[in-house]
Amino acid sequence: MSIPANLKYTKSHEWARLESDGAVTVGVTHHAQDLLGDMVFVENPTVGRKLAAGEECAVVESVKAASDVYAPIAGEVIAANAEVEGSPESINQDAYAAWMFRLKPDNAADLDGLMDAAAYQAFVESEAH
Amino acid sequence: MLKQTPLNAKHREANAKLVDFSGWEMPIHYGSQIEEHHIVRTDAGMFDVSHMLPVDVKGEGARDFLRVLVANNVDKLQTTGRALYTCMLHEGGGVVDDLIIYFLNESWFRLVVNAGCADKDMAWMETQRDRLAPGLALIPRRDLAMIAVQGPNAAEKLWRAMPGMRELAAPLKPFNAVVVGDMFVARTGYTGEDGFEIMLPAKAAPFFWQALLEAGVKPCGLGARDTLRLEAGMNLYGQDMDERSTPLESGLAWTVDLKSERDFIGKDALLRLPRDKRLVGLKLLDRGVLRNHQPVFTAAGMGEITSGSFSPTLSASIALARVPAGVNLGDTVEVEIRDKRLKALVVKYPFARDGKALV
Repeated sequence: MSIPANLKYTKSHEWARLESDGAVTVGVTHHAQDLLGDMVFVENPTVGRKLAAGEECAVVESVKAASDVYAPIAGEVIAANAEVEGSPESINQDAYAAWMFRLKPDNAADLDGLMDAAAYQAFVESEAH
Repeated sequence: MLKQTPLNAKHREANAKLVDFSGWEMPIHYGSQIEEHHIVRTDAGMFDVSHMLPVDVKGEGARDFLRVLVANNVDKLQTTGRALYTCMLHEGGGVVDDLIIYFLNESWFRLVVNAGCADKDMAWMETQRDRLAPGLALIPRRDLAMIAVQGPNAAEKLWRAMPGMRELAAPLKPFNAVVVGDMFVARTGYTGEDGFEIMLPAKAAPFFWQALLEAGVKPCGLGARDTLRLEAGMNLYGQDMDERSTPLESGLAWTVDLKSERDFIGKDALLRLPRDKRLVGLKLLDRGVLRNHQPVFTAAGMGEITSGSFSPTLSASIALARVPAGVNLGDTVEVEIRDKRLKALVVKYPFARDGKALV
């Protein structure tokens, strides 16, 4: 699966998308779900929680293992996707559609510090070797 | 360098995700572990279990040797092809490995041991053989492959793949085996479903696998094998018991013969050691997933999850846990998951068998 060019990526395999209203939507990448396998549990951060960049804030669990999800940038949680908690397998079906939570970023420019699609692609390939 | 089974190329053809399992490159799944799990509960799936080691015990006095070597009583094996599940203990009562023993005749028993224990088991058995029955041959059978075909439609699809087998294998009752040409066909498994474990010459394995594929048997990985065995309430060596635990505190008292006069390795320790722990089933009542080693808080003291996962059949999280003997079925206990205490119910296991949820 190709890595969407309009998103930013972290080394811990989250994706982040800047919305037109200034919010940042966060999920885990296709590569992350491929590593983990069938998803069976998602726990999102509560709305209102203030997160530092890189803070552990959510969990995804597959049949095989649990994996922490980290805030790509600092901000306040303004929405959590209950649908993905109700059907964790939606992450396997389309990891870039199955968003987990939205942040109001402290500073949207922090996104510039994340990887673009090409850099993430190279990072995934380097991890595979 | 990982060891490969004779079916490695077949797994690659099928786009399996391959992982290191006890030094073997094995398929964890071929796409979806949960789908593979459901296929075995509702239809028929097959597992490459060639990493497990068959060991033939051959020679005069084989039975006498096994009477001492293992905790269950091989005197229960009186008809050709009959199988027995047992633990092999060390002097302290801890479990060296769990295995299946097939009785072929008085000078031929076949053992099947875990892949991760194979070297250790051979060394242990050779030491005991030298001490107890030096004339006996212990023959590791790495020349054999082993395929498990499991599920309610396993038998029908197996006959379709190999019509000649039906006549000899169809009458097999559970835990019985028959030799069919150079194949060894046992009505055993590790899933809680009907099915067969078939040993055959390594060279013939890819052909046989292909025939099963064409008969509609779906390849399933070790991931599904683990959730299936957990639902079926079957122990996994290295998790639910090991050299530091006895069968009596691992839910395996039914496999230990303490009634007969027979002496076996580890018996003294089992009779002497306190029986203050037991293995129970847990079903998580809150949202989350139970995992190995999570601490369990009970009214009778602390315990620990030995095998925890998500149960596809129950759509809930289940576990086996070693807890103080005072814990009873129906008790509510707490499991610590990421600094939170979640509620779980102590239940009787198996959790699921023969396609049905039981809790």
